[in-house]
Amino acid sequence: MKGKACRDRLVVVGNGMAGMRTVEELLARDAERYEITVIGTEPHPNYNRIMLSSVLAGDKSVDDIVINPAGWYVANGIRLIAGEPVSAVDPAAKTVTIGGQALGYDKLLLATGSKPVAPPIPGLGLVGVRSFRDIADVEAMIAAAGAHRRAVVIGGGLLGLEAAWGLKRRGMSVAVVHLMPSLMERQLDVAAGELLRRDLDARGIAFFTNGQTEEIVGTDRVESVLLADGREIPADLVVVAIGIRPNVDLARAARLDVNRGVLVGDDMRTSAPDIYAVGECIEHNGAVFGLVAPIWEQARVCGARLAGDDTAVYAPPPVFTSLKITGVDVFSAGALAAAEETDDEITLHDAKRGIYKKVILRDNRVVGCVLYGSVGDGSWYVELMRQKADVSPFRDQLVFGRAFAEQAGAAATTVDVAAMADDVQVCGCNGIAKGTICRAIIDQKLQTLDAVRAHTKASSSCGSCTPVVEAILAQVTGGAIVRRDDPPICKCTELGHDAVRRAIVEQELLTIAEVRGALGWKTTDGCQKCRPALNYYLLCAWPDRYRDDPQSRFINERAHANIQKDGTFSVVPRMWGGLTTARELRAIADVVDKYRVPMVKVTGGQRIDMLGVRKEQLPAVWADLNEAGLVSGHAYGKALRTVKTCVGSEWCRFGTQDSTGLGVKIEKMCWGSWTPHKVKLAVSGCPRNCAEATIKDIGVVCVEAGYDVVVGGNGGVEVRVTDHLVRLASEAEVLEHVGAFLQLYREEARYLERTAPWVMRVGIDYVRRRIVEAADNRRALHRRFLFAQSFVQTDPWAQRAGGAAGHEYRVLAEVG
Amino acid sequence: MPARCWVEVGRLDDIPCCGARRVTRADGSPPIAIFRTADDEVFALVDRCPHRGGPLSQGIVQGRAIACPLHGWVIELGSGQAEAPDEGCTATVAVRRVGDRILLALPEGEMAAPPGEAA
Repeated sequence: MKGKACRDRLVVVGNGMAGMRTVEELLARDAERYEITVIGTEPHPNYNRIMLSSVLAGDKSVDDIVINPAGWYVANGIRLIAGEPVSAVDPAAKTVTIGGQALGYDKLLLATGSKPVAPPIPGLGLVGVRSFRDIADVEAMIAAAGAHRRAVVIGGGLLGLEAAWGLKRRGMSVAVVHLMPSLMERQLDVAAGELLRRDLDARGIAFFTNGQTEEIVGTDRVESVLLADGREIPADLVVVAIGIRPNVDLARAARLDVNRGVLVGDDMRTSAPDIYAVGECIEHNGAVFGLVAPIWEQARVCGARLAGDDTAVYAPPPVFTSLKITGVDVFSAGALAAAEETDDEITLHDAKRGIYKKVILRDNRVVGCVLYGSVGDGSWYVELMRQKADVSPFRDQLVFGRAFAEQAGAAATTVDVAAMADDVQVCGCNGIAKGTICRAIIDQKLQTLDAVRAHTKASSSCGSCTPVVEAILAQVTGGAIVRRDDPPICKCTELGHDAVRRAIVEQELLTIAEVRGALGWKTTDGCQKCRPALNYYLLCAWPDRYRDDPQSRFINERAHANIQKDGTFSVVPRMWGGLTTARELRAIADVVDKYRVPMVKVTGGQRIDMLGVRKEQLPAVWADLNEAGLVSGHAYGKALRTVKTCVGSEWCRFGTQDSTGLGVKIEKMCWGSWTPHKVKLAVSGCPRNCAEATIKDIGVVCVEAGYDVVVGGNGGVEVRVTDHLVRLASEAEVLEHVGAFLQLYREEARYLERTAPWVMRVGIDYVRRRIVEAADNRRALHRRFLFAQSFVQTDPWAQRAGGAAGHEYRVLAEVG
Repeated sequence: MPARCWVEVGRLDDIPCCGARRVTRADGSPPIAIFRTADDEVFALVDRCPHRGGPLSQGIVQGRAIACPLHGWVIELGSGQAEAPDEGCTATVAVRRVGDRILLALPEGEMAAPPGEAA
């Protein structure tokens, strides 16, 4: 497509969501038509402005919210001029001026967005006063949160509250000044606004409603915010977030028709020939825009028009809002209250539980909803609005949500995903319509939610549409998803994990290459999924004969440290049973000083994590730690991690057994073991269970009568409480059962399967049969475990501090 | 000008088979990852994944591709392109093998003619 002569020149002013979405819509229809130049004032590629509050709150990084990375522009042959503003547009000459140079266009797209509204008050120019609009604002706010304590946010709307919450999460004390009596009054009614205020109040945000800001006070830096009624709020940072208005400067100077925004028709054309406009800078039928759903629709129409489709027309879709504050669920769409004679409000209000739902009906059709505390049905109400569906058959159940209404009968057929029109937007964050998802599922033969996310981006941002995406996936694939008992390891083979493991033992396959050869692998050297799995299976099957393949291990296990997002590593020495000594702590402190380790953190597994160590430093760091007797904690591996303990009978007045001592013995037996996934243990000295043994892979809870061994717990994404395996009388029996359980897990679980899903898959009864009831079998498992351990209990750090695998830690060369 | 030259950065055996090594830049520009495939082919890319900047040199080499260690994107070694459905591209760096020597042409330099095989 590149280098094709005589293409029309499309110039896009504005490198934001609306402009780039339009370009994407255009490219999807006709990638050849234009030579495209994009000009943006921010020095960044296009990012998701909606997610700025998540960056502020620390839930996402700037990189996470980039929609079109630099490579996208290159790959599509688009010239990007970022960080330089357009100073003028000349519709007669068909040029834009940038950096004093004229740039000609055949078609021009204005997507100049909006500007924050600045209130007419003194003090806006003081240091420490920001708007909340772009990455620079967010970076300034994050910096302020690190250096200062008190923030005042002016504006209690969506943007202001998200800013307030982000700053609160960053540790500032935050006050919100809002002109109106109720928060988010444009999206919420008074009842929901009150619940919201109560919840945010409980999270430590102070509110000054009916608060008119008179002045931002300070000499050089901001010092306080003064309200008209005389109240004064001390402040180190003031964020002004009272609204936005269309950025029409260029259009107005070019004498385009401008009212509040740049005026466009249903075809997204402005009053000047060959100039289009989309997004927050426009005005259409008297409306201006700040939410994403209508803007995606504008982009679709404008992209189609630019591609030569003269039939595409813009019709505003229903608009909905949700607030991105963790644990505060707010949703509203359309009308907020009954406005006409024929309107009805159906309300459910449970103030104690903080749940409020209101649906507004006109002639038995939904025209709006306000939801607080329970917002799962928001997309359903919007869909009913869009369909203008008659809800009288299930009106009684309407407010209880879709599940209830569908039980009532008639509704099921009206809003099934099967009946959902293809152009209905499912993912609001990324603007993905149902039809796009369906096409991707069919064309790419997608079978999983993850695959749908990878191909369409739907449900990949905030995730609130996940149930709908799953329903569409289920509907499109129908009964076609076959849940195999032993699904293929990866795309390199049709064989599953269990089949491959059996073949390794039965055919005595001794290397990864032999496995691939004997079992008909489709690729020559496998992939990042099968190579680490095969390496583990061979290691487990032939502990004395298999030679570990470092190139088939993930970087963490290859380098014996944990890679961090910036490419540095973290170092966690083993602390047996969570015990340490002055000597060890001194050695750690010395390492931190000597190598300027930027962060030291106590881990959840009762150890100390040194974060931010450069790879080249690792061998020297380890040598110093080894000096004090510290060895690798394997915190980086699919391996035995920690044995967490409480202090037990030696010190604790409730302790029934020596939990600390037993924890150390277990860790001494198990350390160094490679396992299908990470393994965490804990020993609690009494049923109060301070070591949290009942959410570990293996836990021991001491009781007066002995020891309860529990297995298959997990404290991660899906919390699972352990199953009780057996009660034992002696430490020796505990060690034998723990070793046997670990070996059974090592031999039979699939690679990357934690003990919790494994125990659920095979059943705790099976595990009991193999370990508790069959004593011979248990002893054999325990023996095999100890045999395997005899080959791995060598400190990998000491080996590398002594020079092993030196190439891993040295750069190959430095060049000019 | 030094930037126009092919610079020797090491020998083939300095890089593990199916592995990678890193070459740093004195001028502070991003490091370069040099990869060795199972067939002893050698490739070089700027050591940054187009996704979130992960160090590709720390990934797993598979065929003529590398899996990024941070989030598992797979990047073609020859083109620097991400494997579909992901989209993105890492800059490639000209590299050649002369015998067992590995020569690199620095990214900002114009490519001079490589030295002959006998050199």
